[in-house]
Amino acid sequence: MEQENRRNFLKTSGAALAAGFPALVRGQASNAIKIGLVGCGGRGTGAASQAMKADDYAELTAVADVSQEQVDKSLEQLTKINGAKVKVEPKNVFLGTDAYQKVIDSGVDVVILTTPPGFRPMHLRACIDAGKHVFCEKPIAVDAFGVRDVLETAKLAKQKNLALVSGFCWRYSNYIVATFDQIQSGAIGDIVAYYATYYTGPVKPMPPASTRPAGMSDVEWQIKNWYNFQWLCGDSLVEQAVHSVDKVAWSQNDKPPISCVAVGGRQIPAEGGNIFDHFEVNYLYPNGVRAFVASRQIENCWNENADYILGTKGACTIGRSPMPKIAGAKDWTFEGQKYDMYQYEHDMMFQSIRKGQPINNGERMATSTLLAMMGRMSAYTGREVTWEQALNSQERIFPEKLDWNGSMPVPPLPRPGVNKLY
Amino acid sequence: MILPFLFLMAGVNFEEKIAPVLTEHCLPCHGGAKTLGAVRLTTNISVSRVVAPGAPEKSPLYLSVESGKMPPGGPPLAKEQRDAIRDWIREGAKWPAGVVLDGSRLPVDERALVSRLHERIVANKAPAAGNMVAIPEGDFVMGSTNHKDEAPPHKVHIDAFWMDKYETTWDQYRQFMFAKDEGVDAVSRPTRPYVEMSFGMGIEGYPAISMTQHAANKYAEWLSQKTGQFYRLPTEAEWEYACRAGTATAYSFGDDVKQLANYAYFAANNGGKYQKVGSKLPNPWGLYDMHGNVMEWTLDQYSTEFYAHSPASNPWNQATKPYPHAVRGGSWQDPAERLTCSARVASDPSWKEQDPQLPKSIWYETDAQGLGFRLVRPLKIPSVDEMYKYWNSGVEKDN
Repeated sequence: MEQENRRNFLKTSGAALAAGFPALVRGQASNAIKIGLVGCGGRGTGAASQAMKADDYAELTAVADVSQEQVDKSLEQLTKINGAKVKVEPKNVFLGTDAYQKVIDSGVDVVILTTPPGFRPMHLRACIDAGKHVFCEKPIAVDAFGVRDVLETAKLAKQKNLALVSGFCWRYSNYIVATFDQIQSGAIGDIVAYYATYYTGPVKPMPPASTRPAGMSDVEWQIKNWYNFQWLCGDSLVEQAVHSVDKVAWSQNDKPPISCVAVGGRQIPAEGGNIFDHFEVNYLYPNGVRAFVASRQIENCWNENADYILGTKGACTIGRSPMPKIAGAKDWTFEGQKYDMYQYEHDMMFQSIRKGQPINNGERMATSTLLAMMGRMSAYTGREVTWEQALNSQERIFPEKLDWNGSMPVPPLPRPGVNKLY
Repeated sequence: MILPFLFLMAGVNFEEKIAPVLTEHCLPCHGGAKTLGAVRLTTNISVSRVVAPGAPEKSPLYLSVESGKMPPGGPPLAKEQRDAIRDWIREGAKWPAGVVLDGSRLPVDERALVSRLHERIVANKAPAAGNMVAIPEGDFVMGSTNHKDEAPPHKVHIDAFWMDKYETTWDQYRQFMFAKDEGVDAVSRPTRPYVEMSFGMGIEGYPAISMTQHAANKYAEWLSQKTGQFYRLPTEAEWEYACRAGTATAYSFGDDVKQLANYAYFAANNGGKYQKVGSKLPNPWGLYDMHGNVMEWTLDQYSTEFYAHSPASNPWNQATKPYPHAVRGGSWQDPAERLTCSARVASDPSWKEQDPQLPKSIWYETDAQGLGFRLVRPLKIPSVDEMYKYWNSGVEKDN
């Protein structure tokens, strides 16, 4: 019955939308919200499906990817689930690294950005320039140039009254929201330390070099295996463990730390890639508050994805049991029904668009990404890194110019003490 | 006089004339996991690349079947099939909205694999190792009048089998999850999970959780291959028969719910998580944790109608769709009334809700943290075809 209730809740919120709200854009004849999908991988396909479910009149009309096969498979999946809401005509299927612009220009209202993160700042700017609402997966950049760009774009989105919802999904999880509400209302007193773990197995490891098709350019090969390259994914801390980093930021009300010191490296062969497979970052916040984020992506090791938040009057643990727990002056655990955060973030976004009060997570998603990035900078260089140094970093990881057929030499794995802080 | 002629020409029925031909003759190479020659024929978009609406003579799809180039190496399509494709293209190649042709099927070598496994299992004279309890052949009354979905109570005959004394543990299941490459006869195995699947509740000696029914079936096949003995999930009837262990009460120890905590971990005594298998009292036949700890997968499709017309001997309601399947025994998260011998739970898509990807994993039910299984080994070794059906539900994809 509890599950039933949750479904009803979502359904009801959708129905309310359909009944009451005016057309999306003033002067537009139809009530449809047209969605464009940029990046048709597993996550993009999931996000597009959720977006179509979020509003009775949302439909998918244009897609972009670098792979035709990926587009085909994605549309098969989506048609199975969302049926006739998938209204992509052959002329609105775009392939290649400039396909995102064609999706934007095809007359869509909302764009879903789910390519590898290196492309995100460029895609996001193009969307906001063109007046599109955006759902944008995390992280939002791979270097500080990208973060600064996104910070500007986020301001522009605000001025233009455009939705900018980020894929930092825990912020849309009802039971994690309830947990942070407890913490912020003093359930564990003042936070003194935060220890977050993100120990998992490898994610999308490099295939053997022998499987690379003859004549495939460096750029195409690397995009195909994007998770293994700094310029595309930003490294494992920035691409994956950033979810934990985002919760650290949340616990500190999204105020920046003073500095951080980090270690990291690569234990298993990189097989042509150049990302680390483990990090541990120690952040220093004002008033001496410490936050530790530890990540590892190696097989057959202790796996754990948890948060231990220590306060002056108690402690909160997220992740060592199905529901978060607080042991403090008054013990607490979440007792409601969890609902699907991936669906909920789209429900909220489309609702906000219909209301004309679009959600803008832009600044927060940029600062959480930078928070992970400063840990990476410290681990790569072996130096203490201040927030200002990170924010003003001149290290360019995503290339300024990209040629689909071009060569792309892979920089060696970083060496602390040798790599410079820019 | 043109109009009547056009009227006669119009109206090739896509569902009747086109979809079946594409599905049968083209999709084995141009759908599902296969994209030969970069061509897929599954949606309006993928088909649009080989079809020029209104112009069959410019459409590679029509030209290749008309010339006999496709299907390759096989008999050409029948003339009326080729003509139907031609006319359909001439009429504009209309593809109904929301239609996708599903080319997904199990790789053909799964049948060959099962056939080889069957041969080995039949030839194997060695006794089975492991911790199983012999369950004698017999009759019992299945169901109850307590809940609508448990009625009507009906008499069922069950053949003899062995059943795992304990729920399958992580120690066992993780060997399957993280097995190294096992060569050409490898049973398909789970993808690497994105999250830590015990959710911090413990590994050694604790029950494995959050796997799909498909994953449990594949574990059974994998274990059968490892050991040369035939293992599978129990049917719903076998499960209830073994749980009752000759009793006809709500629980295998009687009707007194106050005793439940001696036999089971459930909502009232779980300590916030599942617990080690075998640490409470067993049922009269020596099976542990049939009530509580983790609820257990069965082979059957969950149906509220099936009991009314259930076969009298060894019933199995074979699945025709991904949801719901019948799950039994209740879990550490459930109240006492969900733990009875006859209580039934229906699997639900919400059990996979936190999977952000599409297609959703066929291996994990990330949100079902009280869901596990145990295996049985029937006394009589089934036929190749039966073995195939036990291990391949055919409905594992639920998108």
